[in-house]
Amino acid sequence: RANAHAFCRSTMRTRSRAYHPSIIPSKVVPSSEDFVTRAAAMNALVGELDALTAHARLGGGKKAMDRMRSKGKMLPRERIAALLDPNTPFIELSALAAHDVYPGESIPGAGVITGIGRISGTECMVICNDATVKGGSYYPMTIKKHLRAQEIARENLLPCVYLVESGGAALPYQAEVFPDVGHFGRGFYNMAQMSALGIPQVSVVHGISVAGGAYTPAMSDYVIIVRNQGHIFLAGPPLVKAATGEVVDEEFLGGGEMHASVSGVVDALARDDEDGIALARTAVGDLGAASGSPAQPDQPPEDPLYPASELHGLVGGDVRQAIDMREVIARIVDGSRFREFKADYGTTLLTASDGFAHIHGYHCGIIANNGVLFSPSALKATHFIQLCSQRKIPLIFLVNVTGYMVGSKAERGGIAKDGAKMVRAVSCADVPKLTMVIGGSFGAGNYGMCGRAYSPRFLWMWPNAKISVMGSGQLSQVMAGISKDPSRHSELQSTIEGQSTALYATARLWDDGIIKPTDSRDVLGLGLSLAKRQSLVAQLSRGSVSRPNWDGHNTGFGVFRM
Amino acid sequence: TVPDLPAPRKPLFTKILIANRGEIACRVIRTCRKLGISTVAVYSDVDENALHVQMADEAYCLGPAPSAESYLRIDKIVEVAKRSGAQAIHPGYGFLSENAKFAERLAAEGLVFIGPGVQAMKSMGSKSESKDIMLAAGVPCVPGYHTSEPVPVSELEAQATKLGYPLLIKAVLGGGGKGMRIVRSADEFLPALESAQREALKAFSDERVLIERWIERPRHVEVQVFGDSMGNVVSLWERDCSVQRRHQKIIEEAPAPGLSDEVRKDLSDKAVAAAKAVNYLGAGTVEFILDCDTDEFYFMEMNTRLQVEHPVTEMITGQDLVQWQLEVASGNPLPLRQEEIPRIGHAFEARIYAENPRNDFLPDVGPLLYKSTPQPSESLRLEEGFPQGSNIEVYYDPLISKVVAHGRDRTEALRILKKALEEYHVAGLSTNVEFLKSLAGNEAFIGQELDTGFIAKHRAELFPPISVPPPDVLAQAALFLLLREQPLQLPSLSSPWRSLAFRRFSDIYERHFRFQQDPLLNQENPSAISEVTVVSSKPGLFDIEVKNPNQEPTTFWDVKAQMTSPTTVSSTLVSQKVHTTVVQQSPPPTVLPTATTTDRLHVFHEGHKTTLLIPPPNYLLQIAAEVMSSGVIRAPMPSLVVDVRVRKGDEVKKGQTIVVLESMKTEIVLRAEVDGVVKVVGCKKGDMVEEGKELVSIKDVP
Repeated sequence: RANAHAFCRSTMRTRSRAYHPSIIPSKVVPSSEDFVTRAAAMNALVGELDALTAHARLGGGKKAMDRMRSKGKMLPRERIAALLDPNTPFIELSALAAHDVYPGESIPGAGVITGIGRISGTECMVICNDATVKGGSYYPMTIKKHLRAQEIARENLLPCVYLVESGGAALPYQAEVFPDVGHFGRGFYNMAQMSALGIPQVSVVHGISVAGGAYTPAMSDYVIIVRNQGHIFLAGPPLVKAATGEVVDEEFLGGGEMHASVSGVVDALARDDEDGIALARTAVGDLGAASGSPAQPDQPPEDPLYPASELHGLVGGDVRQAIDMREVIARIVDGSRFREFKADYGTTLLTASDGFAHIHGYHCGIIANNGVLFSPSALKATHFIQLCSQRKIPLIFLVNVTGYMVGSKAERGGIAKDGAKMVRAVSCADVPKLTMVIGGSFGAGNYGMCGRAYSPRFLWMWPNAKISVMGSGQLSQVMAGISKDPSRHSELQSTIEGQSTALYATARLWDDGIIKPTDSRDVLGLGLSLAKRQSLVAQLSRGSVSRPNWDGHNTGFGVFRM
Repeated sequence: TVPDLPAPRKPLFTKILIANRGEIACRVIRTCRKLGISTVAVYSDVDENALHVQMADEAYCLGPAPSAESYLRIDKIVEVAKRSGAQAIHPGYGFLSENAKFAERLAAEGLVFIGPGVQAMKSMGSKSESKDIMLAAGVPCVPGYHTSEPVPVSELEAQATKLGYPLLIKAVLGGGGKGMRIVRSADEFLPALESAQREALKAFSDERVLIERWIERPRHVEVQVFGDSMGNVVSLWERDCSVQRRHQKIIEEAPAPGLSDEVRKDLSDKAVAAAKAVNYLGAGTVEFILDCDTDEFYFMEMNTRLQVEHPVTEMITGQDLVQWQLEVASGNPLPLRQEEIPRIGHAFEARIYAENPRNDFLPDVGPLLYKSTPQPSESLRLEEGFPQGSNIEVYYDPLISKVVAHGRDRTEALRILKKALEEYHVAGLSTNVEFLKSLAGNEAFIGQELDTGFIAKHRAELFPPISVPPPDVLAQAALFLLLREQPLQLPSLSSPWRSLAFRRFSDIYERHFRFQQDPLLNQENPSAISEVTVVSSKPGLFDIEVKNPNQEPTTFWDVKAQMTSPTTVSSTLVSQKVHTTVVQQSPPPTVLPTATTTDRLHVFHEGHKTTLLIPPPNYLLQIAAEVMSSGVIRAPMPSLVVDVRVRKGDEVKKGQTIVVLESMKTEIVLRAEVDGVVKVVGCKKGDMVEEGKELVSIKDVP
């Protein structure tokens, strides 16, 4: 029987290049006027994204970079480049975080660079302070980005490497960074819990690491400090003098040599940044079983049959225009093959495409919208989510939803309870979920399609994507019905319009970054690969990995710094 | 089809022993294989895995590496021959090939020496005897006045007038140019004679001199002869071996260019006469010095062996000279009569040596880390003795291999040779391949301006100054460093974390590389650093910016690149598909990183080899400095200990010279890094020390 099974699989594989009913036929005409117009609109959006990203990459600017270089330091991005395995990919997260968030202040990338890349063969979360931006100090968005990175690390069992150079909390914002549950302290709580879960925490201290910031190295499992450059102390010399009258220099108070030989706060002393990074690579190499094992695909990956570049002309820049989601799927999944579920169910109301596919060889279930959700679409999606949950197949949500259908016919048909079924299924499905917002994500459709509040492992947006409680047009009409002042209607509409863009969303960490349409297949593949990772934590927590609540996982305390 | 052999004919040997190593041993074995003759190889300890040992049917160890203890051990070779049942011994060239005692011993043991008779060897081994024999046989020798008795000045002057000018005055016991004077006219003779005698007296305590015709522009032309036991001798035409370095041949050709039919015939006839004069048997070479200005030639000496350069003769005659040797040694007549010997086209042989041409052609030793050769063809023959991975040993001749090219005329043969040399890639030790290429492409050489002073005369053209590496070379080197860790073929089940190499999402892939030229080669600007930045902004494409010191940066846009073998980078630079071989050479891990002891990249690009150093990162240099400051002084490269300036217990100061080494003809001064007392001295003057060897240890005095 096992042989017969293997035989079937191999014949399937040898047949994979032949025509098969599961191959999505493409009806795209790239020379059509509509296609050309849409492509131009998307090209413009991607161009704008590239420009903004390139600007954010400059961090605090050339002057700040030169100052860092003059001290013999590597720039934050150089540190990351040296840390990563040279021939591997890197997903930077929320590169445009804090964009236009703080009036009068430019905080590119929120002053911290986070992302996932391979170090010594292990996929890791890298959290790197960008000291060119306000000395690496923590703004509210910085905290949010830092905590989100830790959350991703915890869910995907990724060892964390912190490249530390930060003055700690941005004091003018202390009320928004210090006291609450999602604030500064949470980062250390996360480190402690991850350590207990067997997810290693490694730090390299490249510069100042002061006050609350001093706890990042102190809470780590393994700490490297750069000699004559990294400093760790709870209070710097001026504060010490003010508090106790002691006059002391930085090196004596918290220099690398002192911590390596006297206090034991660090475990290794590096000669310079490059050495520190090399030591960190070695440290990750020495994680043993705790590094987790990279996940192999379920079957050999295969390119889609149609070029990803056509996504631009398929989608365009205006979310009010319909998108043929099957054409999008055909440019994302392996061999453009999609085993559609209930393809003929409610043909007159065909509003969703659910089905099985492989991306980069990883088996996944895809739920994609073709417009507004009716009851049958919600029921179909609910059924499909249950199937995937039962079979342990990760779910991918390709979102372009205006919401659930309204009106008496829909209400009387029970759209509220059918929509709720879908939301319940999404909330409780015991599989990794990845969300890609391709068009609009409006209203309750956002819930049913695994919006941010439903904790997908990753949530990426395309540059054209829109997210709001309802479309801005509808919203202003609704508001006009309530408010009597017509002069405020257009202002409101433009405010809502501005708040619903992908850029506005990504600046506030409602997503994990804006992704180019042509990169979608690759980031989804990388995400599925991460979701499939196994590590010590699975053994430690006896299979309760996917429910990372706390109150004791029987995993003890993690590693105390001695 | 193989033509039938004329009957009656004696059968060839069934098994022979080859008392040699390297390419010539392999060469002999190949012919034996062709003829169904079993072969016995002998080897020294270091040659245990050598190519000739692998190729032979049997192999026996003779002893330790030094020749005197292995390849020159007549007793052991005879013992092996007896043990293995070999009937004859082929001596190759060098080693015992012209050793009359060896030939005598073999005869006494009933073994056949594949070579001339003992008497011919002895006669030709003596300069004066051979000259007398030649003069008697009507073979011209360099005119001169030789006498062992002191003669009055007047007699010398009279002889000089008889000889004519220019002439050479040479001390009888001369050597190293001492006591030598070139005299161009009669009025210069007496003063020159006086000073030559004075110098000779001072240098050799003997003022006797001889005088000889001075040849301003000599060529080295030699004739391949063959004799059989019936007394037949033929000439297989001549070779020109004029271009020499350190009085050794480097490139040979056949036939000698620019000879008239009369001169060629005359040379052949005289060579045959010379061979007949000594009843010559087997392969021999009669060397002549040919005066470019007069086309007159004079006998110099006869080599009683198969010479290194015999393949050029084989190429133009279509004969297998080793087979001829075996025929006549078995007592058969020569395979061809003089009039049957063809002379077709032109052939060149270039000798690839482990040596450093830019350092006075001094031999080098070391590993053949990488070797890739051109594809042999009808017009290209390779004589290889050492495969990749072998070691070129200090004990033996540094000849690595020979490249032999044949063309319909000289220009064609030279073109084939040059192309072949461009495809001949060796890394791991210095070779003369680059030099041979510039020689094969040299205008004067192409124009047949041959004489033995060629290299000295054309030094400037043959050794062009080394410029900064071209941008395409640096770009390819950077791509090699980038791509080398990417497997050529990913397993079918590969995670995208492997297959999506170099991809950045919301980020740009950017890497910086630094390269330095070999300071031993570029002594003008040894510390110049070239920088290369590689950016991948689009999947699968790289933008490469190359910055050479004092030059405008060069950028290659949208370059596609991949490794097509572990040492080949294939990429499209400026819309051109280029394949570059890059070989990395790393010092042993025991060696501390310094500016010169670091990773090297040997880049073979468009027919040129460039060696680049990768400067070690600062922290590694710091570690090295810290270790050195611990007081241990190590050899930075394989070298000779020239001087040890301290003894155990000496007090030394920081900066004081401790040991002086010599490597690659360069003096290296090792100084104390700390004040202290010498605790250990681990070397002595004259020692050969390997890289990383602890030489002196100094204990810090606080």
